[in-house]
Amino acid sequence: MRTALIQALCELADQDPRVWLLTADLGWSVVEPFQRSFPERFVNVGVAEQNLHGIATGLAREGQVPFVYSIATFASMRGYEQFRNGPVLHQLPVRVVGIGGGFAYGHAGASHHALEDLALARTQPGVAVLAPADGPQARSAILATHNLPGPAYLRIDKAQLPDLPELAGRFAWYQPELLQPGRVLLFLATGSITHEVLQARQILEARGICAAVAVMAHIAYQADDALIALLKEFPFVITVEEGSAAGGLGSLVAETIAQYELNCRLHITGVREPFLPHTGSAEYLRRQHGLDPESLAALARMALATKRTRVRRKVA
Amino acid sequence: MARKPWPERPDRCQFCAAVRHGIIRQSLDSHVGHIGSALSVVEMISVLWNDILRSPGTNDPDRDRFILAKGHAALALYMTMHFRGLLDEDKLRTFCRDGSQLGVHPEFGLAGVEISTGSLGQGLSVACGITLALRRRNSPARVFVLMSDAECNEGQVWEAAMFAAHHRLDNLIALVDVNGMQAMGPTKEVLDLAPLARRFEAFGWHEQEVDGHDEAALRHALTTGIANREGPAIILAHTVAAKGVHFMERQVEWHYRNIDETLAEQALQEIGVGV
Repeated sequence: MRTALIQALCELADQDPRVWLLTADLGWSVVEPFQRSFPERFVNVGVAEQNLHGIATGLAREGQVPFVYSIATFASMRGYEQFRNGPVLHQLPVRVVGIGGGFAYGHAGASHHALEDLALARTQPGVAVLAPADGPQARSAILATHNLPGPAYLRIDKAQLPDLPELAGRFAWYQPELLQPGRVLLFLATGSITHEVLQARQILEARGICAAVAVMAHIAYQADDALIALLKEFPFVITVEEGSAAGGLGSLVAETIAQYELNCRLHITGVREPFLPHTGSAEYLRRQHGLDPESLAALARMALATKRTRVRRKVA
Repeated sequence: MARKPWPERPDRCQFCAAVRHGIIRQSLDSHVGHIGSALSVVEMISVLWNDILRSPGTNDPDRDRFILAKGHAALALYMTMHFRGLLDEDKLRTFCRDGSQLGVHPEFGLAGVEISTGSLGQGLSVACGITLALRRRNSPARVFVLMSDAECNEGQVWEAAMFAAHHRLDNLIALVDVNGMQAMGPTKEVLDLAPLARRFEAFGWHEQEVDGHDEAALRHALTTGIANREGPAIILAHTVAAKGVHFMERQVEWHYRNIDETLAEQALQEIGVGV
């Protein structure tokens, strides 16, 4: 997905002389095509993420469009207040690119596991929070930010993942993209964990359960008609995100169901446990937190087998 | 205290006294503190806005930029803009009222404020980005930043200091208000900054030290800093916290404390303009 990112950035920079790429000394063997093509608009600020956000703010205040690049933990948290007081407060077109959200950096340990990035970014009104599912969608999402007047946060996976043919690179603001149709259940995912969700769907299909799968790459502050319409179609939705179960996609869907009084049962999957005292591969860590295909399929079966419990409020 | 008219537009030699008068009067009217921090930067802001900045407070793309990184001294900036004719009295009088563009810290909606500040340590980084953008389009504009000494406790200041020197941002000129006092005590006791001059020098900045209340010395230092083409320039301006009001000077309480009518009257008598 990083290759798609850099190609899209080069494309944007070629069309628009306002586009810059700043890195806090990360992106070796990734960012070089941009650096070679646009050396005067590429800056490695060193290992200094607070300054990174400050410089981006200054550039954007002068009419430039800086993309800032780092590992998702550092990009989203080390300079969070600077991002909030700069691009968010002044509504400037700074694009923060967080590489490898969730457990993508597996063995690197908890310091590199960005579980909060989407939730943190989403709490800031006016920030476009984007977690594309594959390279072509990442490209579409990045190009879609071109004329966005305010800031954006993009979670970009570091792995070279297979493209999702069902998605075909589609991206639109606020828009869930349906990948697989289904009846009893909707899996609504964001980011590259969509690959695991599609595998979970296959497991369920083998057992005669037809689950729909959709991708929500834009985790907005509030839902638009498209998400509301999709939720109306399903009696049960499971949200899947590789990160905190609070504050991100699951919260957006829960808030939407509550606000619009939708008749849709919801199960939010994500990380709910404190950091583990041990590490492992991304696959291992996803399993530990129930985010692997088998666990997701098992959860769906169990939830479908459980009757919905309605608590009726007594009205005096 | 009966409300008296503001001082008339002061001539240059009485400008700083008028600004000090305004700081005391408006602090009293608005029941807002940070008086000491505003009083110590009066000469610096006065010299910048009267003598150095080109096209301040305008939308000229090549105007010099000014960032008050120590945003809590905003009242000194508002008063200076007012007496320079860039901020009318009606708007000035809204200071800290509901819906006002004039807060305790500068907000970017006000003409003349490039960016909102208030969280210490962030202004110099933003100034680096602005300078970089101006350089890219060959603008002659210079970027001036005014920081507090305790602001240099923030690691981000040193991230920016390294960056500015590495990229030889010679249109970036920073001033530090070295008043030796921070929110909870003298800087020497809280977190000693010494040797601040040598530290900036070691980071690759052209460094000067001046008396921060001597306008001629400030003008000379700023002119020298601007002329330096080797990289960024820093001016350590040694000041007295709450300068100009004897009973407040060097007293830590006047970082936050609000003033009452009796003390305000005493302060205005000492300042001696418009009373």
